Amino acid sequence: MKVTFPHMGNAWIVIQTLFESLNIEVVVPPMNSKQTLTLGAKLAPEAACLPLKLNLGNYIEAVRDGADTIVITGGIGPCRFGYYGEIERQILREAGYHFDVVTLEPPDGSLRGLAQRIRYLAGEKNSWASILKALRFAYLKCVALDQVEDMIHAARPRLADSQETERLYAEGKKRLAQAMTVKGIQDSVRSIRQSLHDHQMAGDKNADKFQKPLRIGIIGEIYTILDPFTSVGIEEELGRLGVEVDRSIYLSGWVGNHIFQGLAPGYRSIRSYPSHAKPFLSHFVGGHGQETVGAAVKFAREGFDGIIQLFPLSCMPEIVAASVLPRVQETYQVPIMTLIVDEHTGHAGIQTRLEAFVDLLERPSLKDISETSREGVSVVGER
Amino acid sequence: MGNDNYYLGADVGSVSTNLVLLSEKNEVALTLYLRTQGRPMQTIQEGIKVLRSKIGKSAKIIGVGTTGSARQLAATLLGADVIKNEITAHAVAASRVNPSVQTILEIGGQDSKIIILRDGVVSDFAMNTVCAAGTGSFLDQQAARLGIPIEEFGQLALEAASPIKIAGRCSVFAESDMIHKQQLGHALPDILAGLCQAMVRNYLNNVGKNKDIRGPIFFQGGVAANPGIRKAFEEELGQPIIVPEHFGVMGALGAAYLAQEKVGRQSELRTRFRGLQLGEIQFNARSFECSGCANRCEVVEILQEGSILARWGDRCGKWANAVGKGTYKGKSQEGEQQGA
Repeated sequence: MKVTFPHMGNAWIVIQTLFESLNIEVVVPPMNSKQTLTLGAKLAPEAACLPLKLNLGNYIEAVRDGADTIVITGGIGPCRFGYYGEIERQILREAGYHFDVVTLEPPDGSLRGLAQRIRYLAGEKNSWASILKALRFAYLKCVALDQVEDMIHAARPRLADSQETERLYAEGKKRLAQAMTVKGIQDSVRSIRQSLHDHQMAGDKNADKFQKPLRIGIIGEIYTILDPFTSVGIEEELGRLGVEVDRSIYLSGWVGNHIFQGLAPGYRSIRSYPSHAKPFLSHFVGGHGQETVGAAVKFAREGFDGIIQLFPLSCMPEIVAASVLPRVQETYQVPIMTLIVDEHTGHAGIQTRLEAFVDLLERPSLKDISETSREGVSVVGER
Repeated sequence: MGNDNYYLGADVGSVSTNLVLLSEKNEVALTLYLRTQGRPMQTIQEGIKVLRSKIGKSAKIIGVGTTGSARQLAATLLGADVIKNEITAHAVAASRVNPSVQTILEIGGQDSKIIILRDGVVSDFAMNTVCAAGTGSFLDQQAARLGIPIEEFGQLALEAASPIKIAGRCSVFAESDMIHKQQLGHALPDILAGLCQAMVRNYLNNVGKNKDIRGPIFFQGGVAANPGIRKAFEEELGQPIIVPEHFGVMGALGAAYLAQEKVGRQSELRTRFRGLQLGEIQFNARSFECSGCANRCEVVEILQEGSILARWGDRCGKWANAVGKGTYKGKSQEGEQQGA
């Protein structure tokens, strides 16, 4: 058995870690690219949502390295993601690829069902103790990755050299991918925080005043906001425009809530969102529609300058959320922009909208809010 | 042209390239409207040639702003002091013309947008996303199909006795519906007026959805020349629509104002304008796909007589930043593979 899985941002690092610590052979597909999308779009129904197209592309690219089993998580409620595993299996079979598909989800909310599937993947060679240990280790790494990603969110508008920031991020991810012990993970996070801090100090020495960066909250469909290829790199782009971003959902927050039924909170737990959403959207609408609205409310209350909602064309839960957001915008007087992506999305169009949105947020405060000192990057990333 | 110092605004879009000269006294001295025809570099150069022939020998350009989808290209060629997206540029122009304006409806060649302003500041905006139904290009196409010049389109629409309903959600279906209505024997003005109404409905349902449209309302962009659309907007919104004098070049005008803001504010700042002789220089563009990472960015290079003037298109900026530093001269192979 050679296991592969779909990409979603940094998730591959966590999944690879999990399988490797269980001694399961794993194939990490090449990162999402135009090639991946082209391969997937060819097989997928035209009206399918973007993540499905990328998933299919990932599997086909993984076949070249001998992958024969797909592991994917499931979904609940009126969102097509719940059917991905089965639909993908059938599409691939019709195209001549015979994969075994294992959907990691608690069937009917049963953690026991989940355990059985994990047992199937892990085989008899692993004891339950070692499976639990591997899960815990992967989870810790996941939280650490989210911390690092959020530190980068803070660093992008504050560090002078954007290429250097991305290099530090890539290096941080590499270190975490290679970390084999809990201490290794902790050391990696500490050293990334230190080097970001040093870079900021070095850059700040030459400046006598600082502009507080604008803060924008990114909300929307999880795959789109977690995967930089799908989001056309808007977090990086906003960073370059001098904006600090935060996101409604981080990988560990989702994994903790979704797969482990809230047993582990993860980074930026999503548990409070439904209650924030209550006055605007009082019930579950599938996917993360309600969480999106709740996150918008939370960002607005925390004084964010603006909010951007992001989702793939035809994503039903997010369409419901999008129709509620104007009321959030009005209630809290916070600008909210919705961006929709699909395989035809051009970078230029997104760029124009981001620039215009940042202008919108900036122009009222052209009075030049300068400060003589400022908060450091290193305060971000704490849980 | 009395006073000899001007700010140049350039709006280079998919369909048209507009140039505006703004005097130091905030007077619009010259407007140029050229068809881009898929050759933005040549069109900009042609524009500069025309501009040069029209202004006096002693005239000086003291600031340049560019906007439009080819704003970066235009900025490279011209040497711009400000590069701004078209939403901000349009908003700046409108609020300078009339500070009380609260809504801007803008329909251009391939995009349409709505901008909401409060107290002269943009508070909300939207642009058409995945569909270009109901933009200038579609009107152009339909006018050509019906054999009427685009300039007469709107006037004819105003003559309609009873406009008929056209399915306007998608331009392909709108066209087949129009053909069907023609075949039923409806009069041309009624069909044209129906098309105008369908376009306006489509615009308000897509771009204008959930937007708080309050007067004074400006209507700008090339399509504002069409009185049929203007009338349809007035009927649908129940409010008067103002078409500003320079409606077709508001983006360029906004860019000129932004250049004035930037250069005017810092008196020691000299313009980066590359001179009026740039109409005669040989420019070339070429592109390649970077293989540095999975993004596979398409990098564009602009060359001036063989040497690289600018690069863009790379998300990480390694090509763009390397211009003039002597690195990345050729296509290097960077092995940034993931550690899988």
